[in-house]
Amino acid sequence: MSATAQTTTEARTMNGAEIVLQALKDNGVEVIFGYPGGAVLPLYDALFQQNAIRHILVRHEQAAVHAAEGYARSTGKVGVVLVTSGPGATNAVTGLVDALMDSIPVICLTGQVPTHLIGNDAFQEADTTGITRPATKHNYLVKDINKLAGVVHEAFYVAKSGRPGPVVIDLPKDILIGKGPYTEAPQTEHRSYRPVTEPDPAQIQAAVQLLKRAKRPIVYAGGGVINAGPEASRLLTEFVRMAGMPCTNTLMGLGAYPSSDPQFLGMLGMHGTYEANLAMHGCDVMLNIGARFDDRVTGRLNAFSPASKKIHADIDPSSINKNVKVDVAVVGDAARVLAALLEAWKADDAVQDRAAIAEWWRQIDAWRGTDCLQYRQEGSIIKPQHAVRRLYEITRELGRETFITTEVGQHQMWAAQYFGFEKPNRWMTSGGLGTMGYGLPAAMGVQIGHPDALVIDIAGEASILMNIQEMGTLAQYRLPVKVFILNNEYMGMVRQWQELLHGSRYSESYSASLPDFVKLAESFHAHGIRVTHADQLDAGIREMLAHPGPVIADIAVAKDENCFPMIPSGAAHNEMILAAGQQGGVAGVTDEGKVLV
Amino acid sequence: MPDASDPTFRNATIAVLVENEAGILARVVGLFSGRGYNIESLTVAPVDAERRLSRITIVTSGTDMVIEQIKAQLDRLVPVHKVSDLTVEGPHLAREMMLIKVVGRGEQRMEALRLADAFRARVVDATTGSFVFEMTGAGDKLDAFIELMRPIGLAEVSRTGVVAIARGARSLQS
Ligand SMILES: Cc1cc2nc3c(=O)[nH]c(=O)nc-3n(C[C@H](O)[C@H](O)[C@H](O)COP(=O)(O)OP(=O)(O)OC[C@H]3O[C@@H](n4cnc5c(N)ncnc54)[C@H](O)[C@@H]3O)c2cc1C
Ligand SMILES: Cc1ncc(C[n+]2csc(CCOP(=O)(O)OP(=O)(O)O)c2C)c(N)n1
Ligand SMILES: [Mg+2]
Repeated sequence: MSATAQTTTEARTMNGAEIVLQALKDNGVEVIFGYPGGAVLPLYDALFQQNAIRHILVRHEQAAVHAAEGYARSTGKVGVVLVTSGPGATNAVTGLVDALMDSIPVICLTGQVPTHLIGNDAFQEADTTGITRPATKHNYLVKDINKLAGVVHEAFYVAKSGRPGPVVIDLPKDILIGKGPYTEAPQTEHRSYRPVTEPDPAQIQAAVQLLKRAKRPIVYAGGGVINAGPEASRLLTEFVRMAGMPCTNTLMGLGAYPSSDPQFLGMLGMHGTYEANLAMHGCDVMLNIGARFDDRVTGRLNAFSPASKKIHADIDPSSINKNVKVDVAVVGDAARVLAALLEAWKADDAVQDRAAIAEWWRQIDAWRGTDCLQYRQEGSIIKPQHAVRRLYEITRELGRETFITTEVGQHQMWAAQYFGFEKPNRWMTSGGLGTMGYGLPAAMGVQIGHPDALVIDIAGEASILMNIQEMGTLAQYRLPVKVFILNNEYMGMVRQWQELLHGSRYSESYSASLPDFVKLAESFHAHGIRVTHADQLDAGIREMLAHPGPVIADIAVAKDENCFPMIPSGAAHNEMILAAGQQGGVAGVTDEGKVLV
Repeated sequence: MPDASDPTFRNATIAVLVENEAGILARVVGLFSGRGYNIESLTVAPVDAERRLSRITIVTSGTDMVIEQIKAQLDRLVPVHKVSDLTVEGPHLAREMMLIKVVGRGEQRMEALRLADAFRARVVDATTGSFVFEMTGAGDKLDAFIELMRPIGLAEVSRTGVVAIARGARSLQS
């Protein structure tokens, strides 16, 4: 660990809490999301006595972490959380795992009982480093105040470098109160942790060799491109356009490539488009950049893109050859990899087989002709797809900078399918862990990072109740977040699986005893809107967007709508179910498939 | 996860150079249990006090893909310096130490001593009714000795697990 005390010329002495705040400031922190308690009172006292760092008081520690995630994903900065010992720390665990799965840089400061009481089952003691070891990229328990500043600096480096992730710093109360030296961030390399960002030129050459000779190429780009910063998305777009290839994004990668571009095939995977999945299935060369061959994307592994040569560029070597064996492995930062690919491509004399690629596009256009996302909005019952589509179109008309977060379920997939993103960092969703209750606090964090932007949580009526207490935070800080509920009165995603896989036995998936969301909004000092007829939808959306403060818009949508296309668990890309009435592959779900989540 | 029927399934002896700090062993063991990797044996001890380094030797098994994953997963732990799969990176030595207690009297004692001698096991404790032998060697040699002692009066075994190092000039610690 490089977190040893540095001998600087002017080591200032402060108490532990002040050291922590100074280190946060020196790492560019402007805001932290937190909730107080006995073990962190010294930190709250130090916060009270300064103005550089703003504290946002959430209503539940899980929400603090999601807010930090939303802040981090939308700004590119590290999100910071402060919670107390015991229940404060355990409440934060879901958020930490969420950030771990989605590679979001977050630092979570947890209070701890004083060092001499650790292990004694003291009041509000929990083995926080033990509990969060598999929930974080790394964690620290600070037992020596001389190391405190160094640990905080190191935590920032670990959280944001390489594959980003959450880091916990557990802070015993005596360390926060005791006095020690403040040291600046070390200029030296870390002793053991040195992620590779610069790609190996030989691997880049090998990749270009394959890509230039491809007859049916595809670029499959994921969240890693977003992690690498906006420049990576720009380079991705430049590369794809130059090479004339089709491009698809994962759920986490939406916005990495402009959705309105004709070369964009939409999202791939379980609820991806027909054309994206069939192109993945039929390609001869695949470039995966910053995506991790997740099971939601590959479907049945032994049937995944059987005829292709695969190139995988990822900053984390453990992502490569984990699920899918690849032919060319490139370890590096997505932006660096794309810059190197562009350069090597231009330097390479080989010419592409334009005729073959034109033929490939004809095939893709035929698949596109299926129009797999079509739906018919008829009568007064609002189709959820239509609600999202109109929300998208109306926000585009307004031209305001728009950020979307989601909860988890069908509404999340419809948001991914029907809301288009032209730029990275505008789309915040819980992909890897799939945490219901993510969207509202994440939107809060986004709004803190972008006070003037339009921030909308596309929600389900079940998910929204999982962190509904955060309406209080919106009110307190006057955060004008819009909660757009697609209310189908079901845990729709669960209901859909029950319909398709469990003989329509809707076991415990009905959203009974729902609150009156309009009154609920009002009781939290927000504006409430309810829309029940298709012809009121646009007016409802416009009213929501025009309102200056926080809004809950409760949109009553069709109760029995399913989310299609769908590749059932355990099926292959070419075994996709299209919407009722459309031609698609076989819908055979094997028993083996049923075991899968 | 592919199973033992996969033709690339094999054993691997992995050496890991880590920071000698609290919790490092928990990180490594948690990684193996959390991701469902096998641990056949695991040893750990500090090897460089000045640089605060410890070395962990893990004997595991899996398909080539799983073993590549294990290495990559170990390598991404922040306090890990180096990871080496000794099994594939050239010839290596693997040794284990064991203390084994045998109880018995008369002819049994003589037989135990004769076999210990043949196996180069040292007597490190003796009473009128017992011996403790110390023995170092490859795991299968230790297994063979245990089997021989079983009918004679095997009472207790304590083994260290495997420590291993590459042959030749190559060094993980440089
Ligand atoms: C209900 C539900 C349905 C879902 N359906 C789908 C679906 O249909 N389609 C779909 O795609 N997903 C779906 N998901 C999401 C899915 O579970 C995964 O979260 C997602 O597919 C992973 O996206 P990704 O591969 O881009 O990887 P991420 O989780 O974003 O991981 C990023 C990868 O990039 C690497 N990386 C990080 N930083 C960098 C960098 N700077 N440079 C290079 N590489 C970097 C990381 O090491 C990692 O391998 C669904 C989720 C839910 C909850
Ligand atoms: C914390 C948590 N618990 C359970 C689940 C499993 N789950 C996935 S989607 C879903 C239903 C979501 O219902 P709703 O928010 O109404 O969204 P809809 O699918 O109806 O759009 C459930 C229970 C989950 N993802 N997260
Ligand atoms: Mg619902």
